[in-house]
Amino acid sequence: MDRSVRGKVAVVGVGETKYYKRGQAPDAEFKLALMAVIEACKDAGISPTKVDGFASFSNDRSDPSHLAAALGIDDLRFSNMQWGGGGGGGSGAIANASAAIATGIAECVVVFRALAQGQFGRFGQGPVRDVIAGDAAHTVPYGLMSPAQSFAMKVNRFMHDHGVEQEALRAISLASYHHAQNNPRAVMYGRPLDEEKYDNSRWIVEPFHLFDCCLENDGAAAMILVPAEKAKDFPHKPTYILSAVSGSHYRAGASVHNTPDYGTSTFKTTAPRLYDMAGCGPNDVDVAQIYENFTGGVLMSMVEHGFCEADGCNEFFVKENLIAPDGKVPTNTSGGNLAECYMHGLGLNIEAVRQLRGESTNQVKDPDISLVASGPMVTPVSSSIFGTEATL
Amino acid sequence: MSYLADGLPKPVPAPDGLDAPFWEAAANDKLVLQKCASCGKFQWGPEWVCHRCYSLDLVFEEVEPSGKIYSYERIWHPVHPALKDQGPYIVVLVEFPNHDDVRIVGNLVGDPEQPVTIGDPVSAVFEHHTDSDPEFTLVHWQIAK
Repeated sequence: MDRSVRGKVAVVGVGETKYYKRGQAPDAEFKLALMAVIEACKDAGISPTKVDGFASFSNDRSDPSHLAAALGIDDLRFSNMQWGGGGGGGSGAIANASAAIATGIAECVVVFRALAQGQFGRFGQGPVRDVIAGDAAHTVPYGLMSPAQSFAMKVNRFMHDHGVEQEALRAISLASYHHAQNNPRAVMYGRPLDEEKYDNSRWIVEPFHLFDCCLENDGAAAMILVPAEKAKDFPHKPTYILSAVSGSHYRAGASVHNTPDYGTSTFKTTAPRLYDMAGCGPNDVDVAQIYENFTGGVLMSMVEHGFCEADGCNEFFVKENLIAPDGKVPTNTSGGNLAECYMHGLGLNIEAVRQLRGESTNQVKDPDISLVASGPMVTPVSSSIFGTEATL
Repeated sequence: MSYLADGLPKPVPAPDGLDAPFWEAAANDKLVLQKCASCGKFQWGPEWVCHRCYSLDLVFEEVEPSGKIYSYERIWHPVHPALKDQGPYIVVLVEFPNHDDVRIVGNLVGDPEQPVTIGDPVSAVFEHHTDSDPEFTLVHWQIAK
């Protein structure tokens, strides 16, 4: 028995709302979710009533039962939340949806994420309260309380161990902003970044300057997954799931920063599984979308996905290697979480599909294999590989 | 004077009591870490079971309050209103090589713009907030002389 989702599931529709700065969406979060699903259905040429499953991550607040009611869905069969991981769950939600389709549990699953941080809370702020207990009591009273602060300490250790220079992080930021200048959907469209502007930007927490940190945005994104054998019944060139995996290494979740292998994006155990299932390796990847919570996460993710040796970061991470169309590994070709929109990484999966359809605003020439890494350091992490029909 | 401005959430023992011995010890200028009474190994943060041998017989053992800097970060951008005027501050992750490499988090006292070197030895500084309600103690670190 072939226990894999490789080639069994296709993405036949993608949809996004307009992307807004944090707190500026004119619509409620649930409405944004509905709008993205409706857009994705339009893209796939189907009625939303035919959707029979929802998969999301990071405790998305848009409840599948309510979504199904609002959309008049005939027969809801799959209602799934990737547990834990925040943005680390983006590709995990795709893995879960794919597993449901490959095993006949559902036929048409929407993977989605919706965020309205004006309506609800922000990610990047600490808790304002009188007392704190549990694991957080051992970090928050020392002023360690935001994602940037939680992850800078890992990145500092990795940079120390491997002699990585600040310029390597800068290159990742420059590449994302470079791509955003060609993408009218990008929140940072028309706002270019150069070395000087990066170097002069304020520190958030060393080694992260302002431009090393993701945006916080409002909006929603959705993808429609169906069985591969039906893929050609839809209007767009189909994109196939070659692999999607999630997980984390030994005691990755140990509290108060106690995981033994500390300076890592947490992809060391998942990336080999990702490539095994896809039947390809890093040299076969034509274009990559690597979740930028922080540039340091991208750097470690690319090392752990085999694009570069840990001790070779200063040579590999230069802007020219990371930009479309001709870079060694064109990366974050929509502008990604730094410069397009922070839709918790689901936008990266949509860009991966767009590249294979030939519809990116920073199109790589005739790509067949497109990789996404979701939520480095935010365990369990996940990644996915998409392929064209030629890869089946 | 405390290292960080007042107004951050105050640490209190977990309602289930899991880490209560740590906070009680800190109030008395002592550092304790969780140890498995069965296999003799340390672990941190505190858990209900030993992750190595699954023994439920876990104790808190006093250790010498010194370790080395495993990693660190200098924070500039405040994400809590209490730190609005704080300026930069340093958080260190301190490892205990003699205690199965467990780590705890604290602040590195002294000049917030001092250079920090991974691997440097540090010793604990107990910062008591006795005029606070509830009272609490933070465990900070200084470069060992």
